[in-house]
Formats: sequence, structure tokens, C-alpha cells
Amino acid sequence: MTPTTTGAASREAQKDTSQVRQKTMIARHFDRLAAAPETGEKNCYTFVPGNLTELLLAFDMLPVLPEINALQSGMRGKSAEYISIAEKLGHSEDVCTYVKSDIGMLKSGNIGPTGQRLPNPDLLLLSYTGCFTFVKWFELLREEYHCPVAMLHVPYQADGKITDAMRQYVVDQLRGTIIPMLEKISGKPYDEDRLKACLELSARAEDDLVFVLQSAKHRPSPIDAYFGAVYYVGPIFSSFRGTSEAVDYYRELRSEIDERMRLGKGPVTPDGDMPAERYRIVVEGPPNWTSFRQFWKMFSDEGAVSVASTYTKVGGVYDMGFRHDPSRPLETMAEYCLGCYTNLSLPARIDLLTRYVSEYHADGFLINSVKSCNSFSAGQLHILREVEARSGRPGGFIESDLVDPRYFSAANIKNRLESYFQMLEQKRAGRVS
Amino acid sequence: MKYTVGIDLGSTTTKAVVLNEQGALLGRGITNSRSNYDVACQVALGEALINTRFALIAGELEQAGVDAGERQRAVGELERVFRAEQYRMQLRVLASELQRFLSRLLTRPPTLAPAVALIVSKMEAEVESLYAAGSRRKSDFFRDLAGSRYLSLAEQEAKSTGVSFDTLAGLFDKAILDVENSSAAAGRFEDHARAALSRMPDASSVLAPAVERVTTLELEQIGSVGTGYGRQRLPFPEGQIRSEILCHGLGAHAMFPGTRTVLDIGGQDTKAIQVDEQGIVTSFQMNDRCAAGCGRYLGYIADEMSLGLHELGPIACASTSPVRINSTCTVFAGAELRERLSLGEKREDILAGLHRAIVLRAMSLLARSGGVRNEFTFTGGVAKNPAAVGALRQLLVENYGQLHVNISEDSIYTGALGAALFALRDAMRVAA
Repeated sequence: MTPTTTGAASREAQKDTSQVRQKTMIARHFDRLAAAPETGEKNCYTFVPGNLTELLLAFDMLPVLPEINALQSGMRGKSAEYISIAEKLGHSEDVCTYVKSDIGMLKSGNIGPTGQRLPNPDLLLLSYTGCFTFVKWFELLREEYHCPVAMLHVPYQADGKITDAMRQYVVDQLRGTIIPMLEKISGKPYDEDRLKACLELSARAEDDLVFVLQSAKHRPSPIDAYFGAVYYVGPIFSSFRGTSEAVDYYRELRSEIDERMRLGKGPVTPDGDMPAERYRIVVEGPPNWTSFRQFWKMFSDEGAVSVASTYTKVGGVYDMGFRHDPSRPLETMAEYCLGCYTNLSLPARIDLLTRYVSEYHADGFLINSVKSCNSFSAGQLHILREVEARSGRPGGFIESDLVDPRYFSAANIKNRLESYFQMLEQKRAGRVS
Repeated sequence: MKYTVGIDLGSTTTKAVVLNEQGALLGRGITNSRSNYDVACQVALGEALINTRFALIAGELEQAGVDAGERQRAVGELERVFRAEQYRMQLRVLASELQRFLSRLLTRPPTLAPAVALIVSKMEAEVESLYAAGSRRKSDFFRDLAGSRYLSLAEQEAKSTGVSFDTLAGLFDKAILDVENSSAAAGRFEDHARAALSRMPDASSVLAPAVERVTTLELEQIGSVGTGYGRQRLPFPEGQIRSEILCHGLGAHAMFPGTRTVLDIGGQDTKAIQVDEQGIVTSFQMNDRCAAGCGRYLGYIADEMSLGLHELGPIACASTSPVRINSTCTVFAGAELRERLSLGEKREDILAGLHRAIVLRAMSLLARSGGVRNEFTFTGGVAKNPAAVGALRQLLVENYGQLHVNISEDSIYTGALGAALFALRDAMRVAA
């Protein structure tokens, strides 16, 4: 669910060393994927929430993330065409546009974000079932590729906590179903020491990522925790968690952000450094990808900085304390799958947002409700009211979509955002007087 | 005299409100919005300043000790004759524009020029009765007034002489643009005011000096704020532009200080706004993705039924058994309308159902914005429609119980009033 710096919207001119590093990492990964039919390297299609990257790496399997390919197609201006191909095949207008973009890309030769062909999957690994669309998505891919499917059923955190039974239920599936399947596909035996080594690296990168995300508590915030941060979470949400490359990337990113903070700099925006921070905003919901830059500019032009976002937690809510724990490899992976943002109950999401508004000293919070994603959108109006009541800060509500450009109405969204920011200004002036 | 102005550039009309330094309302102007936003602003402001001068004349009369009833009568009479003068002048410009476009036609049937001349002369002859004391006009816009008369006379001419009606109508469509887009065509206040005075031999002796003093008074603009859908294109610097949400909130608060919830149904937006005791917006919701349930929905239905927009409400009010309209989509509602008509349903019952349908959408938006709190203020063009107001009152009681509902006759100016108040605050801040 996150972009990488390979897309058309990669930031121009002002490139930090970490960005260049990320780009190289990703290019190398896609080179390996493109060469997989020749090299014989095995790959596995999987999703961002609840991804089991360390386990795949322990079997030398390469992850492919269709959600990320779909959002990259959105950023590269390809999704409209892909969606129309899927609709011609009979997929309804109401189907998630990530799915349709992926199906359209598949039917157009499966050319990935770097312009190279992606290999057919050796395995479809569904490791998060909180999104029912994911289940249907892989049913569709199974029809296309006729490959094995492994499903890890992850219980919903209905009461806002992970119980021993839930954890054990997931661990039993990992041990009894997923690991044997990975052994069979990869032809390699399960090596727990290797998995532990990967988990150790994960935890180190996670520490640095949390430092970066929490740097937004500083004034001015040195990062944009929604638009800018989708680049920051790229490596850890995709194929690199549990690698030394990710550790190096996050160490470097951390020192860059540390330096920005030391210099009192605001975040990088599409137009370079933001001169002045006027509004601090918490954002709920995924971004729109087809007009990502335009959408970002609607914030940055007004001096609005996102100081925290829930979208950057879809691949792990690390800032609430979770770290992969190498001493309990399967249990920690179970907890990771159970704890991703969209698996949280509505009250837990309300708590998290309210906490962000207070801890990040936000002026308000904004919900971008996307048409495609019910995992996110169901209950968002309730969230709006509750967070408003609890935080005492005004909420804003806009609607768009992930990768269907037909659902991004720039004039309406800009109108709404401007009104929202002016409302914050007016409230602030009212408080002062 | 110093003043601030707020301009609300809506999708249908552009409104201007002028305030004095104490925040008292002096004048209002309204015109049709058009593709040239600068012109729409100029025309609305020009109108508001004319309106302002009439208010100032009334003030002068008050100082001169003229009682309230007499003041109202004298200023009302002056304005009536003034408007007739202004109409005459615009008619002269229209006539010359018609001539200009006539001369450009490649093929000119010999009967065409005399037909146009006859229409214009008949229109000139009608001015007295059009603006006679006590007469009612359907609109204050020159385009509407002159257009309605021109087309009606053109139809008669076409029937009696065989001149093409389409050619006559086409000429008007071209000629009217330069008339309504030119502030010169609207004329200068002093010229019309003096001409009007000269036609009022029986006017009170204090009126002429009052008019003279106000005419020579210099009006100095010390602040302006623009709002509305076209605000990005307003000829104002960025700092002088406010969102219509804030302006409607503050404007509604200024009109009815007890307001806590505002519903504004405009041409293409429906806004549900919550405000605090100072008129500061605390939350809002607007229609998204779809403009069904806005004023344009009624415009579409009026077109489908070949009715004027202002006729819909009164017809719907005559309904005794409203039909249930299920379509939330404007275009589908049009289809449902035709279906119902073909089934023999009564026009007023269908229209009542359509009005209820648009109010139902507004109710959903109100719920999203946090519900309805007492007092409730309804603004925007649709607040002038009695059937929409009736449906809204009923649904408010059903959903929220008895509430104090505010609807101003001048609700169309709410956004511009809020903008003018913002302009005044900014000007005071600069002065301080």
C-alpha cells in the first residue's frame, strides 16, 4: 500500500541520499524479479498488511506486492487504462480499483513499475484476511496463474486486544500450513535461526522508522507524515523488512531527519522545503495516487503539514511499541499480522487518532475517505464525530479514490480543503482573542 | 465615506454587500454570474453602490427630520424613476448593439431592420408602464426584463411579417452581452438621479439637496473580501479571499445571532455548517461527487416541465398528496418525472415529491455535519422556494423536534454579508 521512489511522482531535483539509496534498492529488487524465470529464484505474491516478509526471505523467496504495483500504476498514469481493461472483462464499477488496476496490468503483459516484466507467482500468500477483497483478489489471480494459494486466517481485533488464543491460532497456522507450503514451493527446509536473524534486522529498522515518524512531534515538523512518509515506509512495508539494506536505509534516513530537525527545517514538499508551518494535521485514510502530487500541493501550498497519519501504519503500528522479537519468531509474526492498522477495531482506531491529535499537537484531523477501500472507509463518519468530541479539534472530510482518476474531483477537494484550513485559522484566531 | 464590500461569486448569481465602518448594511447588489468574473463583480458592486447611495439619501432625509413613512415613500419613488431612467439608457445601448449586429449579418431580409426598429420602439414606449407606480416586475435584471419583452414582441413580429424569429432572437443574444457586461451602459448615478429628480416635480423640497449631497459624496473602499465558487478568479489578492463556508457561517450569525446550524442550498453546492456563539465555523459538510439535491436539480426539473424556476415552489405547494420520488440522481429524477406524468399523476404532487427528495439529501448532509442544533438558519437561493422550505420544516420536526427556523428574505446575500464582515475586520485590524 505504499509507493516507492521508482514512480513518476518521485520527488524531483531535491534528492536526499536516502532516496537515492531506496531507488537503487528497489531497482535491484525488480531486476531480480525480472530475471527470476532464468535464475530460478522463487517469488510469492502477497499483501502489505500482515506481510510475512522475513519468513519469505528465510526461504529465499522474493515478495511481489500487487497493491504497490497498483498504486505505482496510479502514479504513472496507467491505472485508468488498466481499470478500463478490467471493467471490459466484467469487473463492476464498485470493485476496489487496486484490484482492477492489477488485473488490467496483468492483462497488459504484467509490466511492473520499473518497466520490467514481473514473473508469474510461484505462490499466492494471503496473510491478512481482514480485507475480504484480498481473498477475492487472490481467487482471481489463482484463476489466471493456476498456482498454489496459502491462506493465513487472521482474526479481527474486535475487542481491541490480542488474546493468547488469537495468537496461538495464527501460530498454529504458520507452523501447520504456511511453513510446510513454503518448504514445498522453495524446496528448502525451514531454518528458524535464519528467520530470527531477519527479525533482528527488522526490529532495528523499525526503531529508526519510529524515530523518523515521531520527529513530527517537533516544531516545525521536519517531515510530512502522510505524503512524505509514504516514501519513508516504502522499504519496510514492501520487500525489505528483515534485510540489512533496510537497516542501512533507515539509519541514513534517520540521520537526515535528525539533521533537518537540528537546522529547524520543515518538511520537503513538491516545491522544495516548506517555508512555514501553518497547520499541523493528522490524516486518516490512504492518499489518492492518481493526483498524488496535486493533492499534496493542496496541503503544502496552504502551509499544512501532516504530523501523523494512520495510512503509514497499514504495514505495522510500530509507534505504539510493537517490534518484531527474534526470541519468539512465530509469535511475533502472529502479533504483527494481528496488529496492523486495518485489523484494529473502530474504538481502537478512534483512540489512536485521538492520541495522535494530542501527542503531535495537531490543529485538526482530516479524513480522506476512499471509495475503493471499505477496510478503511466503513465507520469513518463515526470516527470523525468521536475524535472531534474527544480531542476538541475540528475534523475535515474529503472523498476520493485510490487509483481511479474519475473519483478525484480536484476543484471540489481543493474547495473543501481550503475551507477546512480557513476554519482552523478562524478557530485559532477565535481562541487567541 | 469609507466602506467595505463582500462579493459572493456563485455559480448562478454574483452578490455584493456594502457595509459602513460601523458594520451597518448600506447596500446590496446582485447580477447573473457570467464567464467573465471581473465583470460580474463590477456589475454587482456597481449595483450595491447605487443601493448604498439610496440608503444614504434616506439617512439625509432622516437628519432633515422627514418621518419614516415619508422617507420610505420619497426614496422608493426616487428609486422607481431612477430605475426607469437606467432602463431607458440600457435600452438605448441595446438598440445600438442590435443595429451593430444587424449590419454584420451576411444575409439581411429587407423586413428585418424595420422589424427590429419596431420592437425597440415598442419597448421604449412600454418603459412608463413597466416602471409605473405599484407595478410589479418579475426580475430586476435588465437581461430578464428586456429579454422577456423583446422575445415576446419578436414572436409577434415574426408571425405578422414572416421575419425569422430565430434571427431576431439570435440578434438579441449577441446584443445583450455588451449591455449587461458594460458598466457604462448602466450609467452614472448622478445622471440618472438628476434625470429622475427632474421627472419628479412634486418631490419634497428636502429631497433634491439630499440627492445632491449624496451624489457628490466620495465613496472610498477600505476593504474587500471575495468568496463563492469562483473566488479563485476574483480580482482580489489571495489574502482577501475566504471560503464560502466561513462567509455563510458568519453571515448567518450576523443575520440571526442565535444561529448554531446553517443549511445553504445553492446552485451546485449544499453546505451544512455548524457555528459557535461567535459565528465561528466548528464543522461543515458539503455534497460530494454528485450535485443532485442542489439548486440546479430544480433548474433541470423546471426545464423538463417548461416552467420558470420561480414557478416550481408555488405549484408544488398546491399538492395534496405528494408522490414519493426515489431517484437521488438528477437525471434519473427527470426520467421518473416523465414516467409519473405519463401515469397521470398530478404535476403538483410530483413536484412536491421532488422538493422533498432534495431536502432529504440535505438532511443526510446535516446529519453528517453533526445534526441540527437550535437555532437553525436556512440560506441560499433554494430558501426562497416555499415548497422546499415546507418540506424542510416538516423533516426538521420529524428528525429533530421543534426548532427555531430562521429564513431571511435576503438569504441570498448571506455569503456576501459574511465576506463584507471579514473585510471590515481586516480593515479594522490594519487600522489598529
